[in-house]
Amino acid sequence: MQLVYFAWVREMVGTDAETLAPPADVTTVAALLDWLAGRSDGHAAALADRSRIRVAVDQQFAGPDTTLAGATEIAIFPPVTGG
Amino acid sequence: MIAARLQAEPFDLAAEQAALLAGRTDLGAAVCFTGLVRADEGLVALTLEHYPAMTLAQMQAIADQAAARWPSVVGTAIHRHGRLTPGEAIVLVVTASPHRDHAFAAAMFLMDWLKTGAPFWKREEWADGTTRWVEAKATDDGAAARWNQA
Repeated sequence: MQLVYFAWVREMVGTDAETLAPPADVTTVAALLDWLAGRSDGHAAALADRSRIRVAVDQQFAGPDTTLAGATEIAIFPPVTGG
Repeated sequence: MIAARLQAEPFDLAAEQAALLAGRTDLGAAVCFTGLVRADEGLVALTLEHYPAMTLAQMQAIADQAAARWPSVVGTAIHRHGRLTPGEAIVLVVTASPHRDHAFAAAMFLMDWLKTGAPFWKREEWADGTTRWVEAKATDDGAAARWNQA
């Protein structure tokens, strides 16, 4: 699946996108964040405070329990600040 | 119909309102809101990052919700991205309806949700060379959430 990162999440992870294949037991957004946090110090730092992390699955805002079944693009970013 | 647009270029408020009202004689009220880059002390620029694959669709979904809620309202919502300097306009909402209450309400709804429900992130650039990502405000979330209670 394609992971895309925005704003300070992108800066802390150190890349704007990466293609990864999580293990089969990673089936929800929350499990994906746990698994990603183990990939590097940057990932761990970016994802340390889950209250400051928002996720979109295939361009739809998602919650921790959202399933990843069939998903192709997961976006991870801070709370939005437009307007 | 409320149309959402995303662009780097400046917009022309008068032209947008004129286009919205062209040929209509049933509209009794038109509301315009412009969001600007405020020159907080030492602020040099704001850069708006966004999620290209999602932003416009999410903006249009917000516009469609407003249109469903106030069917008599027509409107245009434009959000800019990229680097903007103090005094520049970031966002424009123009609405019109037969009576003012719906035009005002729809404009407020659109702004509350554009701030909290579309994937934009503001990075501040300061005179001393530092940059800082703007933190989301709980008051903005509250302003958007109150529309769900009505």
